[in-house]
Amino acid sequence: MANALKITKNTEESVREFLKILLEKRKVKGVFTLKKIGKNGAVTYSLITKSDELNDAVPFYPLMPTNAGKLLSRITRNGSTTEPVAVIVKPCELRAFIELVKREQGHFENLYIISSTCGGVYPLKTATDGTIEKNLSDYWDAVKKGEINQDLRPACTACTEFTPYGADITVDLIGNTELEKKCFLLLNTKKGEELVQDMKGELVDRDFDKEKLKKFYAKREKAKNQFFNENTKINGLDDLIKIFGRCIGCHGCSKVCPICYCTLCMFDSSNLEYKPSKYESEVRQRGGLKIPPGTIYYHLGRLTHVGISCVGCGSCEDVCPVNIPLTLIFKKVGESMQQIFEYIPGKNITEKIPLVTYNEEEYTEIEG
Amino acid sequence: MKKDDIFLPKILTFLCNWCSYAGADLAGTSRLQYPASILPVRVMCSSRVDPLLILRAFLNGFDGVLVTGCHLGDCHYQEGNYYTRRRFVMLKKVFDSLGLESDRLRLSWVSAAEGQKYAKVATEFTQKIRELGENSSKNKIFL
Repeated sequence: MANALKITKNTEESVREFLKILLEKRKVKGVFTLKKIGKNGAVTYSLITKSDELNDAVPFYPLMPTNAGKLLSRITRNGSTTEPVAVIVKPCELRAFIELVKREQGHFENLYIISSTCGGVYPLKTATDGTIEKNLSDYWDAVKKGEINQDLRPACTACTEFTPYGADITVDLIGNTELEKKCFLLLNTKKGEELVQDMKGELVDRDFDKEKLKKFYAKREKAKNQFFNENTKINGLDDLIKIFGRCIGCHGCSKVCPICYCTLCMFDSSNLEYKPSKYESEVRQRGGLKIPPGTIYYHLGRLTHVGISCVGCGSCEDVCPVNIPLTLIFKKVGESMQQIFEYIPGKNITEKIPLVTYNEEEYTEIEG
Repeated sequence: MKKDDIFLPKILTFLCNWCSYAGADLAGTSRLQYPASILPVRVMCSSRVDPLLILRAFLNGFDGVLVTGCHLGDCHYQEGNYYTRRRFVMLKKVFDSLGLESDRLRLSWVSAAEGQKYAKVATEFTQKIRELGENSSKNKIFL
């Protein structure tokens, strides 16, 4: 049985054309994708309904302006979209969206999810200083060969979840040596199959090059272990003070975090506001106080709230103005938490978040 | 050495309204002796204890945090304490991964009839914290 659509053209171009035809044939009413808005890496996520607007679409641009999971949740928070929409997202963005759907912050129905095997993205600053455009050809060369790119987000270099879970269509990028000539859309679901009916291209039988993906996985895993082990070991309060002491308390990391969805964050509320009298009493008690205070509490608190669902997209570190190694902490601690519950965030929509479910007989050793 | 002898830790204790608080009450009315290190906070259910509360106590210099609730299966709200358990496992993991002293946290099930157990847990935990010494976060100014 045919399980893939083959288009004999440059991959990015074929997908762009594919999306255009989807709109023209009214199979979908909107397309959610990355779109160029200027030179030197100025791209942004957009919801597009006119097929002309898709000329500047760059669905696989190696940049994540915001985690799309968060954006999709904004669109579908109150219910599924009224019209069908095709969305092109990266695997971790899809996983973030699934985590949000589990938290009833988004809806899947009426969305056609198109994702790809992901080679990672560059930090946002490369888009503001324009260096990303220079790197693009190297990037795609490395993706073709199944190598890890240099200068990616640290989170991406150490990411082992580069194949999407639960996408209707997966575009084969990593290890596809003929990216410029051929494009393969792998159909994973019925929805995906419906979408490609009567489309340009040829239905063929194809799967991922499993060997290549395995090799790529091994490379990433090695990079991950290196990343976890080489970086400074965090051991105790003093290390935490060293790392978080420079936090300016902008809370940017929680603003971009796809899992942090609370409209009013507890840490922004008056509940945790330091009143002048509080400064005085704290100073009296401790003999000194960092101002703004409570930075470690904020980061550890956020860790306990979102760590279990952290997809490791690295947005938090990317926006941090003082370069706190948040990826290292959230990914490392998050994965250690997820391992206890054998949970991979965003892998399976029917699997409950570990903290809202339980088994009667488990972790009996914790009680004492 | 002398100072250690008289070190009386401060232990923040969350007591669930339906079992543990009554258990603590029973310990009192039965005139059981236990250290004065315990600072009780009554909550409606042990699952109301957000990890943030425990963290805050820890960073504000409490030497230990004890969370108590009904025995499993006896929760007034059917299943609250099962969630508490998972959350506690998670929080301990966070502490361990960052090299913080997770021994300063303890979870215990105390029913309304277990005044004895409550006094025992309080004594044991106080002893344990005494061995660990003061929580160093008390004097840290850069938190």
